[in-house]
Amino acid sequence: MSVLEIKNLHVNVETDQGTREILRGVDLVINEGEIHAIMGPNGSGKSTLAYTIAGHPKYHVVEGEILLDGENVLEMSVDARARAGLFLAMQYPVEIPGVTVTNFLRTAKTAIDGEAPSVRTWVKDVRESMANLRMDSNFAERNVNEGFSGGEKKRNEILQLELLKPRFAVLDETDSGLDVDALKIVSEGVNRAKANTGLGILLITHYTRILRYIKPDFVHVFVAGRIAEQGGPELADRLEDEGYDRYQVAEPAAAAAAE
Amino acid sequence: MTAQMTSTAMPTAEQHGLVAHSDGAFVPVQTRSERFRSVNVEDFAPVNGREHEWKLSPVAAFADLTGGELDGARLPIETTDAPGVQVSWIARDDARIGTAGTPEERASANAWTAFDEALLISVTGEDEKVVAVTRSGLGTAPRAGHTVIEIAPNSRGLVVLRGIGDARLSENVEILVGDGASLTVVSLQEWNDDAVHLSSQFARLGRDSFLKHIVVSLGGKVVRVNPSTHLAEQGADIEALGLYFADAGQHLEQQVYVHHDAPHTKSRVTYKGALQGAGARTVWIGDVLIGNAATGTDSYEQNRNLVLTDGTRADSVPNLEIETGDIEGAGHASATGRFDDEQLFYLMARGISEDEARRLVVRGFLTEIVQKIGSPELEARLLVAIEAELQVS
Ligand SMILES: Nc1ncnc2c1ncn2[C@@H]1O[C@H](COP(=O)(O)OP(=O)(O)OP(=O)(O)O)[C@@H](O)[C@H]1O
Ligand SMILES: [Mg+2]
Repeated sequence: MSVLEIKNLHVNVETDQGTREILRGVDLVINEGEIHAIMGPNGSGKSTLAYTIAGHPKYHVVEGEILLDGENVLEMSVDARARAGLFLAMQYPVEIPGVTVTNFLRTAKTAIDGEAPSVRTWVKDVRESMANLRMDSNFAERNVNEGFSGGEKKRNEILQLELLKPRFAVLDETDSGLDVDALKIVSEGVNRAKANTGLGILLITHYTRILRYIKPDFVHVFVAGRIAEQGGPELADRLEDEGYDRYQVAEPAAAAAAE
Repeated sequence: MTAQMTSTAMPTAEQHGLVAHSDGAFVPVQTRSERFRSVNVEDFAPVNGREHEWKLSPVAAFADLTGGELDGARLPIETTDAPGVQVSWIARDDARIGTAGTPEERASANAWTAFDEALLISVTGEDEKVVAVTRSGLGTAPRAGHTVIEIAPNSRGLVVLRGIGDARLSENVEILVGDGASLTVVSLQEWNDDAVHLSSQFARLGRDSFLKHIVVSLGGKVVRVNPSTHLAEQGADIEALGLYFADAGQHLEQQVYVHHDAPHTKSRVTYKGALQGAGARTVWIGDVLIGNAATGTDSYEQNRNLVLTDGTRADSVPNLEIETGDIEGAGHASATGRFDDEQLFYLMARGISEDEARRLVVRGFLTEIVQKIGSPELEARLLVAIEAELQVS
């Protein structure tokens, strides 16, 4: 049984105005097969948490730990984390000129498995996953994310999730910018990945809409760089009705720091 | 960060001997076609490095080629066979010599003054054919070369002119494209690390002919290949492609000149380069002159550079001169971009190692040019050579 543990995580970034503390003691345990939703106001540090798990060099961990089955993730390079089974579906996927989706997927799959996938099954898998996500087959020959619409980029992230088969996935606002149909298609993709591999999921979102399709086991309210409250799915509905005022009023110092 | 990227989208007075017009537009003091030319080295003043054609080049690294005496003996060559292709040596007074162009700078004139005989590569017949001429074992003494590539009217062919091993070579290459002919010339520089190679290449295109001219510079300390194309007859069409990969300490330069001099001529210039390692240096200058006879001209030139590490410098200078208002189109683009950390992060977040990520992006960036060569065998070999470049630093 795999487990991803985040313990007392403090993260700074260097800005032109000096060092800024963004994460201020995050604790979170995600077991294999669990879905954790994270909701919170803009600028509260959700993407920072996501990037820190993936190992983005801009974010400096000043305190705390991230452990994957007891292994120290913070000591691993970005690519080593991915090979260890961590996956980040990015809020703003990056365009890679000159590299086709086909080439990129094969290279990533080979890197993660440590050997090239068998040609026949791989081509079939790619085609099937693309069809499931209603991605036109011509995307395969386009450069990664280049000229993709916002929604197409998000589908491309989930395509990678399905094909690379990580143990834990962080989905950073994968639902933003998706139309109603696309939201359903993408959610089905995530659920399929979970059913196939027992994936654990950290799902960052602003909307309860996606939680109708991807059912969370836990909901965490993220405010001013830490988890302010946690509960079951009912917490999401309450947030939708009441917003985050309650937390910011309760923690004026934290709210000021998050500005 | 010490990476320097000069990417100049518009000509400036500083760069090309231009002065400001009263309306604010820049016009050249001297149009490109009126530059001084001569086949005689003594007609050029000694090079001091401030001349517009030398100011971006490390002239001290090859004073022997611009100023010294050159060995004009036949260059050692190896050539493949193809039906319809003849390779031979011709005398200095052969009527073809000097018909494609005349030197515009001292290294070129020095080579012209010094060569004993010219290598003639003569292509005839409508069947597609490939011939590769490899120059190797040129040694480390300064020498001169002269090559004439001639293709008969309505013929087709692909000629690879390749350089490997040591060299201190200044040379001129003349390319004579007969009416209705279709020719590809690949100038492939894979010299040793210490080699210096200065090459002026002059092409004259006949009526309705097509030339694909490709400069591939990978190896050598200083490699400067300057192709000039004279679109002298109606309907002539040039596709000028270039691919270069500069490692630490390498200077790779190309000054491309296209002269539209007849109605309905077309040019497409696309050069792409990658830079990696301290002191990696590239220069691309793209001059396009659309003369007043060149009505209906269709022209576009672009240069793109990919900077992979700190401490490199890429100069990119497109210049467009238009003397007639009656053209189809003329444009240029120039961009020098960094393989940025966000791209690297994205690829690495999918398990791809840093080295492999760089390789993937560079391969993708340069493959566009490789794929246009039209010889599957050469394309495959070049992809391997590019991989090898990536292993170096
Ligand atoms: N590289 C950076 N440089 C400077 N400030 C940063 C950097 N990255 C994040 N921040 C700041 O840290 C705070 C948290 O940003 P983060 O992107 O994690 O928020 P978020 O919760 O994901 O917001 P949203 O809901 O808008 O996506 C913001 O105030 C942001 O401006
Ligand atoms: Mg965010």
